[in-house]
Amino acid sequence: MDNIIIIAVAALGGLGLVAAIVLYFIASKFKVIEDPKIDLVEESLPSANCGGCGYPGCRAFAEATVKQAKDERHLEGLNCPVGGNDVMQTVGKILGLEVEQQAPLIAVVRCNGSKANSPAKINYEGATSCTFAHALYAGEGGCPHGCLGLGDCVVVCEFDAIHMNDELGLPIVNDKCTACNACVEACPRDIIELRKKGPKGRRVFVSCINEEKGGIAKKNCEVACIGCSKCVKVCPHDAITMDNFLAYIDFEKCKLCRDCVEVCPTNAIHEVNFKPRKPKVPKEEKPKPKEASVVETIAEAAPSKENKEAPKEN
Amino acid sequence: MSMLTVSGSPHIHGDDSTKKIMYGVVYAMIPAMLVSVYYFGLDALRVLLIASVACLFFEWVIQKYLIKGPITITDGSALVTGILLAFNVPSNLPTWMIIIGALVAIGMAKMSFGGLGKNVFNPALVARVFLLISFPVQMTSWPKPQAIINGLTDAITGPTPLGIVKEGLGAGKTMSELAPELPDYMQTMVGQMGGSLGEVSAIALILGGIYMLVRKIITWHIPVSMLLTVVIFSGIFWGVDPEHYADPVFHLLTGGMLLGAIFMATDMVSSPMTKGGQLVYGFGIGLLTILIRMWGAYPEGVSFAILLMNAVVPLINMGFKPKRFGAKPGVVIKTS
Amino acid sequence: MIGTVKTFSLGGVHPEENKLSANAPIEKIPVPKQAFIPMGQNLGTPSKPVVSKGDLVKVGQLIAEASGFISTNIHSPVSGKVLKIDDIVDASGYKRPGIIINVDGDEWDESIDLSDDIKEDIELDGKEIIEKIKEKGLVGMGGATFPTYVKMMPPPGKVAEYLLINGVECEPYLTSDHRLMLEKGKEILIGTRILMKALNVNKAIIGIEINKLDAINHLNELAKKYEGIKIQPLKVQYPQGGEKQLIKAALNREVPSGKLPIEVGCVVQNVGTAFAVYEAVQKNKPLIDRVVTVTGKGVKKPSNFLVRIGTPLQDMIDAVEGFPETTGKIINGGPMMGKALISLDVPVVKGSSGILLMEEGESKRKPESPCIRCSKCTYVCPQGLEPFLLSKASKLAKFDMAEKEKVMDCIECGSCQYTCPASIPLLDYLRLGKTMVGANIRNRNKK
Repeated sequence: MDNIIIIAVAALGGLGLVAAIVLYFIASKFKVIEDPKIDLVEESLPSANCGGCGYPGCRAFAEATVKQAKDERHLEGLNCPVGGNDVMQTVGKILGLEVEQQAPLIAVVRCNGSKANSPAKINYEGATSCTFAHALYAGEGGCPHGCLGLGDCVVVCEFDAIHMNDELGLPIVNDKCTACNACVEACPRDIIELRKKGPKGRRVFVSCINEEKGGIAKKNCEVACIGCSKCVKVCPHDAITMDNFLAYIDFEKCKLCRDCVEVCPTNAIHEVNFKPRKPKVPKEEKPKPKEASVVETIAEAAPSKENKEAPKEN
Repeated sequence: MSMLTVSGSPHIHGDDSTKKIMYGVVYAMIPAMLVSVYYFGLDALRVLLIASVACLFFEWVIQKYLIKGPITITDGSALVTGILLAFNVPSNLPTWMIIIGALVAIGMAKMSFGGLGKNVFNPALVARVFLLISFPVQMTSWPKPQAIINGLTDAITGPTPLGIVKEGLGAGKTMSELAPELPDYMQTMVGQMGGSLGEVSAIALILGGIYMLVRKIITWHIPVSMLLTVVIFSGIFWGVDPEHYADPVFHLLTGGMLLGAIFMATDMVSSPMTKGGQLVYGFGIGLLTILIRMWGAYPEGVSFAILLMNAVVPLINMGFKPKRFGAKPGVVIKTS
Repeated sequence: MIGTVKTFSLGGVHPEENKLSANAPIEKIPVPKQAFIPMGQNLGTPSKPVVSKGDLVKVGQLIAEASGFISTNIHSPVSGKVLKIDDIVDASGYKRPGIIINVDGDEWDESIDLSDDIKEDIELDGKEIIEKIKEKGLVGMGGATFPTYVKMMPPPGKVAEYLLINGVECEPYLTSDHRLMLEKGKEILIGTRILMKALNVNKAIIGIEINKLDAINHLNELAKKYEGIKIQPLKVQYPQGGEKQLIKAALNREVPSGKLPIEVGCVVQNVGTAFAVYEAVQKNKPLIDRVVTVTGKGVKKPSNFLVRIGTPLQDMIDAVEGFPETTGKIINGGPMMGKALISLDVPVVKGSSGILLMEEGESKRKPESPCIRCSKCTYVCPQGLEPFLLSKASKLAKFDMAEKEKVMDCIECGSCQYTCPASIPLLDYLRLGKTMVGANIRNRNKK
């Protein structure tokens, strides 16, 4: 009886030993020599594998960073939007390079064609896919540029940062947004744009991308940009341009004075995270459409730490 | 004028629906249900009712309180599972065991995979096998069928023909010695033999199968390839040694062979998608069934065979693609 | 008597035919007060206007010219003054460039032969015919609007052996081709001869489904006079009107995946195109009008109209005694492959084969339920695809898988979605898959 046990142990042990030796030699023969910095860089990354940097996953980004640092001695053009400045600084430290501070960005939905502002004229039946619906027709409200509300942006978001508000029929971005660009690419109508988050999360933007003539745009949506150019004239910083009946605020130039918000006749320009205005302006202030304020309150309701820490120079 | 609708084409729909398919299966099972009530009496009715109601109830409970999603018990799929479960147990099975079976079928085999259309295994069969392994005594003591018109006496229990053969051959008897104990073909055709509720009458099952073929609920591929495999495979052994192997017709008509071939293996959810795949799937079930029947521990192998092949279905689906249009390179054109 | 009835072998469905307007002769509709002519009336690049605001135009005068290889000329369907060159809302609600003409009288260009005589002799040679077809702005009249002349020029190394004329009209409801074959049979046959000459083939087959027996018999009678033209009766089976399915049915040849019919020596043209070819070559008339079926279960007088391009749909609705209150959907084309319109404020274009007003209940989609893996979609797919798999792949954004499983072979016939017992919008997702895979392939080719 004892014999059997000894034989069994010896046989199995011997097998294991032989296998271990073989494995050792194979492992040493096929060993891949990698820069250990790649591992270090990868560890410092957020491991979200979102692809926001343009590389397929964090590992690939780490490899690209180390390679570029070695070959070109700078990290320009490489940015982990999720990790932001902190992570890029760490990466720079690992690679012994200076990294420029970058202002944090956030995804901004530039459409306010909610169910109330742009009432449905037609009923859509079919796949829950903006890309498909975009190829099929202009949209329930009739605006060929407006949000279709089927949530392609929501599906691609890896950070739980964009959600469809059923009441509005519009997606709403919250502060979890890391500006990974996924929703921007998913939107078939290019409604979503990455803009500077702004100091304390304050930003001003035109919430419309309709390039139709004013009358036509207004017919489909109450809060469309009608291309009246009032904002262009009033802007003291030359930050607003008007192309194809559509105003665009350059966030690099905008100083957040909010003059344009006041003059916009259709309330197409939105201000976010500002304190309520002092009632010093005697002009009668048109009440904003309800929806616009909802967007703001949602964003305001959850002011994150990041916002407060945002660099002042913006 | 109401609001116009926009959608992609097509703008019309054939009037087929999941509900129609499921209730079609239920209608196809009516002959077998009637036969079971005729031979096993009110007990059969009890099993049918309890299994169906329990399946519907569990589906409702799970959808309402666990998933908190839409309630879809009216689509008929739970009813089909319930009746199939009843078909797969003896008529004297205690009520509480049937309820456990229903819970296993709906809760474990169906809803835990994500509900209708997502389950890998046939729910009724999972429940049957679960019961068979958990309660082997109760699951294998079948009442002898007695026509209901002969009065409702206490049923005598006895083994199925397959059980007789397995035991007999195991004890060293030959087929000709066992013959007097076995029902003749006529009896197996109408259902006068021991067995689970739904499997006894070949005629009733074939009627149901024809109905489903006509309604295009099933295609011929799975049943035919499965039964043909059984006939050929068992035929070879029978031809070589008829004293130690049962003949192919016996294999076809006894046990759950027809029930399995017509109602269980053809379950849409757990069978392959292409006709080529279905032929392979049927072949696999036939082969495994005979292997289990001849050399396995259990006298009956249909349910195990189907479950085993269910597990292979994803692989079959990957390997067998439909014949693609234009897969061949173009014809050579004669230039005149 | 009519010969062997053939059909294609793989898949197919048979929806309710509902050919309500089959017995309504083709009627002419009065010229509209204002014509809206979109520039994108063909598959490919839109045309470029050559008139400007205020110009006076005659019927048949060139108003926009082709702007690329796959593009066509557009001729004025009306006479009058160009009101403006501006965006026109198209059938999907998008703005597209177009020309709006205020109609004044009905003065035709002098070069067009307006007589009713049928001109049999084909004077032009092959090259001139193709040039004529190109000049007169002909596109495929079946709905795909592919420029006809492009199809008539086989790529180098490829030779046409057969000309197939598509008179299948497998779409339910539509009857415009049917009526055209009955009323303009002779012209269609001459048009076929012209196409044969241009292609340098001596065999032509006109495929017609046997639910149009009268058309089969009529053309059979007429075709005796024309050498090389055979009328092929076909079993009623959708989507037999698809090019690939028609070739398979008539000749038992399979166009290889991703290739054109010329690969198996075939060129397919619609009967409407054959008629337009006759008019263009023999009568010098550009493509300025077409036969359009206006039908629907609620329509009081389902009809077939000969209507000028650019006529607002509303004009035709008036001609069938009004818009039914119960309409839930307006479709340009048939119910299987047609496009849902957002309103009646869109004009007739070269590709409009029918206007179908669907009842609210008829067009309503049933709620989607889970896939029960019945594989009926696989059985009916005429291309041998697995729609359930492809739609799932597209839904989950697995476009590489969709590509591997040949999503690009889908002909968008809708048989899968028509059959699906779970009412899953299979084709919606297949289209999504095709869009994304197509974009991926283009990106790859660019690199």
